[in-house]
Amino acid sequence: MKNSTGTFCFAARVLHWLMAVMIVAMLFIGVGMVASVSARHTWLVSIHKPLGIAILILVVVRLAVRLRNPPPPLPDDLPLLQKFAAHASHWVLYALMIAMPLVGWAMLSAGGYPVMLGESLRLPSIVPASPVAFAVLRHLHTWLALALFFTFIAHMAAALYHGLIRRDGVLDSMAGSKHANM
Amino acid sequence: MSNPSPAARGNRWGAWALIIGTVAIVVIAFGYVGGWLAPHRLTPTRIVNQFQANAGTFPGYRRNHAKGVCVSGYFQSSGQAADYSVAQVFASNQRTPVVGRFAIPGSNPYAPDGSVPIRSMALRFALDNGQQWRTGMNAMPVFPVSTPQAFYEQLQAQQPDPATGKPDPNKVAAFFAAHPETVAFRAWAKTAKPSASFASERYNSLNAFEFVDAHGQRHAVRWSMVPEAVGTADSTVSANDPDYLAASLQQSLSQGELRWHLIVTLAEPGDPTSDATKVWPADRRVFDAGTLVIQSTEPQESGPCRDVNYDPLVLPDGIEASDDPLLPARSAAYADSYLRRTSEEAHLPGTAQTVVKPHSEVKQ
Repeated sequence: MKNSTGTFCFAARVLHWLMAVMIVAMLFIGVGMVASVSARHTWLVSIHKPLGIAILILVVVRLAVRLRNPPPPLPDDLPLLQKFAAHASHWVLYALMIAMPLVGWAMLSAGGYPVMLGESLRLPSIVPASPVAFAVLRHLHTWLALALFFTFIAHMAAALYHGLIRRDGVLDSMAGSKHANM
Repeated sequence: MSNPSPAARGNRWGAWALIIGTVAIVVIAFGYVGGWLAPHRLTPTRIVNQFQANAGTFPGYRRNHAKGVCVSGYFQSSGQAADYSVAQVFASNQRTPVVGRFAIPGSNPYAPDGSVPIRSMALRFALDNGQQWRTGMNAMPVFPVSTPQAFYEQLQAQQPDPATGKPDPNKVAAFFAAHPETVAFRAWAKTAKPSASFASERYNSLNAFEFVDAHGQRHAVRWSMVPEAVGTADSTVSANDPDYLAASLQQSLSQGELRWHLIVTLAEPGDPTSDATKVWPADRRVFDAGTLVIQSTEPQESGPCRDVNYDPLVLPDGIEASDDPLLPARSAAYADSYLRRTSEEAHLPGTAQTVVKPHSEVKQ
């Protein structure tokens, strides 16, 4: 099932841009809420949890879409190192999209908190209460978030590089504009 | 692509500028929102750091209300609150297990019980439906300040002077002069005496909350745990035992359960919900939502309350935060304190580990 159209399928593009907005919002919400004591803190926390679970669900859908619809190949003339960086960063992004919500969920479970997604919607605990596990997971959540942020920055910069400098159709393949490939 | 025209080269410089500019804007925005580039913003970290600056760092302990004991029991609902809140804990005949904690304010877990006139009660109700209600109450009529910023400034003013080991009275006086909202608290504190027992204290939520009823109607409330036990004068307290509160609690419980009534006060329109320095008029409607029964106590180092963060915004369906600005600040600062002490318990690198001995080397 080789992709020869030069673009990502419609579902992949919709999922990509939807999740891009959600994940970037999530990163800003996350760092903002832990650095705030104002009323913002409360509503940011209340958005953070359901949004994280929504991302977890969407990334599963997205992986399924990707398996059924392989992405278009990278340009043949792309240097090997850049090709490697492209593939590696994509798998890092997928890994972090899955890990972040799970670590957050596990961290609240370990802290003995009820994992509330709204006024009454509660998820079960996925790890037993343990202060040591809480501390490790809580720090891990921060470090993975920073890793995700900087991977996102690299991804965004690379996309702009493809679109503005190389003009090789890679950005168009996700932006969805026709005449992909030059 | 190998031989770009001067115009294309100019475009390329513009493209690089656009890429670098976009990255810079996103990184700077992230740094600002995360507080790294906004050093003057009041953050949970700064509040908790100030507690440590005032009293020292005691690894593994809460950064405030550090000295306390665990208690266990249950809450027996009267059903009277069910008209105002759909929280399962208030359903009639509902019995909800409780893990609680009595404490005294301050960051030093070895402070003598007589050093402050305030006692606190924190409770975690574990509802049948898996939701939780956590609340931290204090045995005082009002909170000294109404905003997180003023609370932080008060902590700063109370930071001991390295030369004397005591707060600078001028700074404290200047703080109170600049904060007239502290008058009610100070008037109370002037005559308040350290009580001899946790059992005879009335613990107040101070902050307002909202009960949400079955019709989605909101009711602004404050609550108090009112003791059945009658207080004894502090003259019976042994001046030699700095830990008399834990001892007297254990003694009381060896003779039987201790009971409090959850008295809920309903606000009238116009009563301040966002200002914990102001009491509501005495004629407001109150009702008895049920009975808290405390059956046993354990040391906090090994008891079930040790790993509980009594975050007042862990609320079940049917109870919500009010617009009181102290609530989100408490929630955020408690989370920071909880992360610090659990990190110390996990012996994570970079966390405080030295065990500070009682009454020694408490800096400042």
